Amino acid sequence: MPDHASGHALSPHRQLQFESYEQQQEAATFGMWAFLITEVLFFGGLFAAYTIYRLKYPAAFQKGSLTLDLYLGGFNTAVLIGSSLTMALAVHAAQTSRQKALVIFLAATLLLGSVFLGVKVIEYGDKFHHHHVPGPDFRWRASDRGPAQLYFSLYFAMTGMHALHMVVGVVVLAVLIVMALRRRFGADYFTPIENFGLYWHFVDIVWIFLFPLLYLIGRHG
Amino acid sequence: MQTSHAMAEVPGPAPQALDYLNADYGIRSWLFTIDHKRIAILYLLMITIMFVVGGVFAAAVRLELLTPQGDAFEADTYNKLFTMHGIVMIFFFLIPSIPAVLGNFCLPLMIGARDLAFPRINLLSWYVYMVGAVFGTFAIVAGGVDTGWTFYTPYSTTASQTNVIPAVLAGFIVGFSTILTGLNFIVTVHKMRAPGMTWFRMPLFVWAIYATSLIQMLATPVLAITLLLLVLERGLHIGIFDPALGGDPVLFQHMFWFYSHPAVYIMILPSMGVVSEIVTCFSRKQIFGYTFVAFSSLGIAVIGFLVWGHHLFVSGQSAYAGMLFSLLSFLVAIPSAIKVFNWTATLYKGKISWDTPMLYVFGFIGLFTIGGLTGLFLAALGLDVHLTDTYFVVAHFHYIMVGGAIMGYLGGLHYWWPKITGRLYPEFWAKIAAVNIFIGFNLTFFPQFLLGYLGMPRRYHAYPEEFQVLNVLSTGGAPVLGVGYLLPMVYLIWSMRYGPRASANPWRATGLEWTTPSPPTTHNFEEVPVVTQDAYDYPAMEKKVA
Amino acid sequence: MSGHIVSRKVYFAIFLSLMVLTAATVAAAFVNLGALNVLVALTIAVAKATLVALYFMNLRYSERLTWVMVAAGVTWLGLLIGLTLSDILTRSWIAGALG
Repeated sequence: MPDHASGHALSPHRQLQFESYEQQQEAATFGMWAFLITEVLFFGGLFAAYTIYRLKYPAAFQKGSLTLDLYLGGFNTAVLIGSSLTMALAVHAAQTSRQKALVIFLAATLLLGSVFLGVKVIEYGDKFHHHHVPGPDFRWRASDRGPAQLYFSLYFAMTGMHALHMVVGVVVLAVLIVMALRRRFGADYFTPIENFGLYWHFVDIVWIFLFPLLYLIGRHG
Repeated sequence: MQTSHAMAEVPGPAPQALDYLNADYGIRSWLFTIDHKRIAILYLLMITIMFVVGGVFAAAVRLELLTPQGDAFEADTYNKLFTMHGIVMIFFFLIPSIPAVLGNFCLPLMIGARDLAFPRINLLSWYVYMVGAVFGTFAIVAGGVDTGWTFYTPYSTTASQTNVIPAVLAGFIVGFSTILTGLNFIVTVHKMRAPGMTWFRMPLFVWAIYATSLIQMLATPVLAITLLLLVLERGLHIGIFDPALGGDPVLFQHMFWFYSHPAVYIMILPSMGVVSEIVTCFSRKQIFGYTFVAFSSLGIAVIGFLVWGHHLFVSGQSAYAGMLFSLLSFLVAIPSAIKVFNWTATLYKGKISWDTPMLYVFGFIGLFTIGGLTGLFLAALGLDVHLTDTYFVVAHFHYIMVGGAIMGYLGGLHYWWPKITGRLYPEFWAKIAAVNIFIGFNLTFFPQFLLGYLGMPRRYHAYPEEFQVLNVLSTGGAPVLGVGYLLPMVYLIWSMRYGPRASANPWRATGLEWTTPSPPTTHNFEEVPVVTQDAYDYPAMEKKVA
Repeated sequence: MSGHIVSRKVYFAIFLSLMVLTAATVAAAFVNLGALNVLVALTIAVAKATLVALYFMNLRYSERLTWVMVAAGVTWLGLLIGLTLSDILTRSWIAGALG
């Protein structure tokens, strides 16, 4: 604690219920991981449904998957992995108290996240255009109209939930950038940056599974 | 230990006489509090209101069943009544009851912490609960919902004409309040224990709450996504469970019960924790087999996740999965029985006193045992085909949830009432109420075992005449039970003003919460205590007195 | 945990590995491996997720408790999917008997 003369645990960032700032940091990080575990099970319900229907209707899932744009999906995967890199670098910048780098990397993460969401909007628009949205307007040439709707239901539910998490992430990023501009973070206090990093990487991991499961079924056919 | 010094380290020292209740006044000091003890009171207020609301629906259900003809309510109205009884009681009363009230109040005190790890998230969880309550109230006021509290598809997604979406959203939202509470408790137990408070010195209530929190954390998110998918299917045709598309409604049941079966343990485990506290204190003995009781809590939490398929025995689930789930269901009996045997062994040769909390404990042990053993009937694959969806099931889970969970809740509420309010409740009236509840409960629910075994199905507003005698008995028990529940509401509120002041440790109990003044100060401990003893060292305490 | 600072070189190396693995999973999808296609895709996805968790999320340098937490999450996800499949996969075994 270089800038706090008191020496021991009395950092100005310490909250009253904690004995030391270290205890507080540990609790915050552990709390974030615990939260992410709840997220694993939240998405887990979707993955369970996906597993069951893909086993039941492999052909319809393949046909549905082939309608997705592999270029856009692949591009978005790269964008998201890139944003994970910039986020990791942002945490690093905070840990080493490089204020300018922190702002730049957070802004880069925000930008890449927005690009991802922008591409997602294009893809969704495409689905509406081709009437691949489940419901009365759903159009499907092949016979398995029902199971194909299950595929697209899962597609929208899974990517939609993922995108929702991205939107939340982008909003939080904007807040963090403002705080970073006010030099609120540094080597002695970067818990919010670190915890947000955990969240952002988790959202990346979800996409790492969604991409092959939704976009890459039976491309060889 | 409870001598007071001026606060040495804590900034903003408060004068000594102030406790958490009179430290500040006014509605704002409550609505913006981050003190775990005040948040516990906020929860207490809300769940009591919800309990009354749920109780009114229950009373209406029993009223209808007084006569074989469906004369008091239309069939559709009756469907709404039992649905809303279930939703309100489960999501808004039972699940938050002990964790959010007694757990919130006691957990930091018991492990020697000044507060939970995340006090603001704790307050947030109450507000999330309130938002859920608004949705729930809207669903009720707008005309109710008739799907049963389980919201089974496809009825809930296509056929029901009632307010399914607001009711489902209410469950969805209140689930997040549960998740936040559980997460907060887990981090607190791991990171906030006082020096010397090792895992095996923790009170068993803390173990129970910890196990409960694990379930809340691991199960509730699945409920959230399941209910969300239901809303998407009903509202936007994003059909995951729709049989018209080739979807599988049984999948909804799987996902729903992945949460909702463990949720039963969210209700009963904290009660078991309360029982462990009380049974040792009022028999002045060490708990028998501390580690067994502690680990059986975790055992129940884990095994509780492996048994959900026993709700699907007749739903079209494969017979092989049925066998697997039946076998696994029997396993839950082991940790549950370990607890019952250990409590009983704790009583053996104890100096037992018959104060009100102990009456509830005796009620709990007996009624939970009946509820648990009848659960084994239902877990038996073949027998369940006969008993499923009959009043036998209704009686079984009420013995667990009311005879078990609520008994434990009331026992704990009485036990910690002097700590919470700084006042003693009137023992005479409390005993009357406890006996009243025990008699009323058995009168209401025991006949339902017989009715179910004779084949009376649940969820119908009319029934054949030969079932009337038992139904009259059941309906006759309801007002007795109701009076039993109203009495504590009256005398506990009365005691807040007129009850004698409580000392720091009126029960001569062990545990750090009793080393603080009654009621405790805002930050619980002047100095963080150092723990040097195991929990429940009552023999040493008795020797000191003698 | 927050105490450990990972070198930026590691981050770049992980980024490159993730990109390579992404290319690999796309390439593998265009090869007909029959039922193995799913397995390959999932293996690569698990590898990628592990890299992100271990290095980007610093799991490798985290306390044991965090590992326990992650293991619990993965195990419970397995329980949800596995026990549900125990029903779905065995339903047809006696389809004739129960219709």
